[in-house]
Amino acid sequence: MKKECVTMLLAGGAGTRLGALTKNLAKPAVPFGGRYRIIDFALSNCLHSRMHTVGVLTQYSPLILHKHIGVGKPWDLDQKEDGLTILSPYTVTNGGNWYLGTADSITKNINYIEQYDPEHLIVISGDHIYHMDYDKLLQHHKQKEAEATISVLEVPWEETSRFGILNTTDNLRIYDFEEKPVNAKSNLASMGIYVFNWKTLRNYLEEDAKSSTSSHDFGKDIIPTMLADNCRLFAYRFEGYWKDVGTIESYWEAHMDLLKEEQPFSLDSDSWRTYSHDSNLAPQLIEETATINRSLVNNGCIIAGKLDHSILFENVEVEKDSIINQSIIHPGARIGKNVELERVIVQENVTIPDHTKIIAQQDEEPIVLSHTVGQKDADAAISHTIQ
Amino acid sequence: MHTVMGLINLEHEHDFSNQLTGSRCGAAIPFGGRYRLIDFTLSNMAKSNINEVAIFTRSKYRSLLDHLGSGADWDLDRRQGGLFILPPDWNDPHDISQGDLKHFHNNQDYFERSSAEYVLVSGSQFITNTVYHDFFQHHLDTNADVTLLTTTYDELLPEHKQCMKACVDEDGTVYSVKQDSTCKHIFSGVYLIRKSLLLELVEECIANYKNHFFLDGVIANSDRLNIQAYNYQGDSSIINSVESYYRQNMALLDRQSYKQLFEKNNPVLTKVGNQAPTKYSESSIVNRSIVATGCVIDGQVENSVLFRGVHVSEGAVIKDSIIMQRCVIEPGAYLENVIIDKDVTITKDQVLKGAKEHPFIIAKREKV
Repeated sequence: MKKECVTMLLAGGAGTRLGALTKNLAKPAVPFGGRYRIIDFALSNCLHSRMHTVGVLTQYSPLILHKHIGVGKPWDLDQKEDGLTILSPYTVTNGGNWYLGTADSITKNINYIEQYDPEHLIVISGDHIYHMDYDKLLQHHKQKEAEATISVLEVPWEETSRFGILNTTDNLRIYDFEEKPVNAKSNLASMGIYVFNWKTLRNYLEEDAKSSTSSHDFGKDIIPTMLADNCRLFAYRFEGYWKDVGTIESYWEAHMDLLKEEQPFSLDSDSWRTYSHDSNLAPQLIEETATINRSLVNNGCIIAGKLDHSILFENVEVEKDSIINQSIIHPGARIGKNVELERVIVQENVTIPDHTKIIAQQDEEPIVLSHTVGQKDADAAISHTIQ
Repeated sequence: MHTVMGLINLEHEHDFSNQLTGSRCGAAIPFGGRYRLIDFTLSNMAKSNINEVAIFTRSKYRSLLDHLGSGADWDLDRRQGGLFILPPDWNDPHDISQGDLKHFHNNQDYFERSSAEYVLVSGSQFITNTVYHDFFQHHLDTNADVTLLTTTYDELLPEHKQCMKACVDEDGTVYSVKQDSTCKHIFSGVYLIRKSLLLELVEECIANYKNHFFLDGVIANSDRLNIQAYNYQGDSSIINSVESYYRQNMALLDRQSYKQLFEKNNPVLTKVGNQAPTKYSESSIVNRSIVATGCVIDGQVENSVLFRGVHVSEGAVIKDSIIMQRCVIEPGAYLENVIIDKDVTITKDQVLKGAKEHPFIIAKREKV
């Protein structure tokens, strides 16, 4: 059946800069914000934007990601005709291959898209934290009679060298695209969110697939080629909070943003709620000895110690005389008695034994604890802090 | 246990008759920060692989319907079996049945159609977290016609007074049921019976103008039926009054009891709400409390149970209280020994105090 618009959600990336956090986990499946996984933000945006035909492209370490997404029920994407479809690499009679780049993953799923005969294709990424109405982007695209529209965000000038920067006319027509420029002429950064006229994109994808030199990437190949051909490319200015939690530092920072008095980004907005799975755990139990300062705490937690500027996912237990400061504790972790953690990320189901002290200094990257800390590690960590 | 169907019979259940049950039946009373009383029984059934559950309800069932929906949150939205909520739909002009027999009579075809061989009947006021496998096995092993799930308590509490007690001989056979405490085995309201026997006894009761299936159909026939008691050893409680409701909520503030009822590997299932994690600010002081998700806490909370989405403003104090969903407690308010129903606003500097034995109750959606 025909759909005006199909959404393709890129969720196959390895997120290598997140180190231990993505060792056995796709980046979109990394826990975020006390109860979510990163992909929940994009999927919830789809729900609020009424985008009901969503293909999710997965590749790297997809087990938990697939289990989490399921048939898309938490996001009302379990629908009879369209809804959510997981699109993983596959084989066919003449072989088959992994997804070689962002554009290639779409090319390999032309059949999926064609079933809906869409006018427009939205490409989004499952890696970012933001609230966005994709329908506004689509309306902008239509109004500008564009062939492709790229959502952009104004970034501080000193950070332009980290982004793909778009140079536009006053009318927002894009005439130049520079990947990580040294001397940027504009501070409009691409958010990796695109709308294309499907028929136009399809031609470019098919041409790109024939090229042996292409890296089959939207930012590196498709967009520059379209620009060279003088296609009608426009920018759409997004205003609001947007964070690429690409590194451990930015992952930690995005969490601290959630705790600020004047939050740049709110999880409890009633009009734009983020949906996720619920494990049906009991409400949190705060014990007699607990002290909680500016923190987020989820179901199933039992708190007897002190929390300060920290975020606790579900089913975390913190025993008494422990101090958790500026830290992120993933589901199922157990923090023993008289433990001190500062700027630490404790991964799922990790146990921190009594009397452990682990502190990352303000100028160093937060420490990720990915396996249960034995006494030896604890001692090592202590000597590390003393240095 | 696939040959067992569940029946939650709310017909003869004691109504709390107060503000909490003004517009909802007892089974739908919110409990423990995110549950309703019926969740415990329904979860136990669902986790015992009983995948067909019927509910008899006569009145004030709107919030129950809203809560249960299709049964999906209990995995009861099934192709085979599923959740069947059976409110009164009584059109038989020749119907002479009374009491809960009216439900049985008017849903006879429903029971006949089911392929289940046994029926596990329960109310909603016996609160525990269990699976019924051992209970069912005991029923089979003793070759019983009916098996009652009973339990004993070290201390006899006021709420046990109005419970039926089973008098049991040394080999576990039940010979009578009484309300006074001469018999020690408190009947939980949960029992197992063969479906064909149930239908037979229903017919007999109706023909004799009876009105209480369990008393008139089962217990009155204890001389000819093999009625067994299965003594349940797990942690449990009975909630059938405001006093017991308040006390059992408060009991959960003890880590041991909390862990027993909310066993991590065996969670109690309830309707999912999708709220953000609870946010505590610098001015929050929270001790010995149960707090659900979606709360924003800037004030002081002590010995209390907070449901989802409660806002406690800076300078507000909540002690020994139960605050239900989406209540707003404004700055300077002081609450002690109160139960506040959903969507209530307690205005600035308001002081409300109840007694432990008689907590002060504020009805839904009020502004005080």
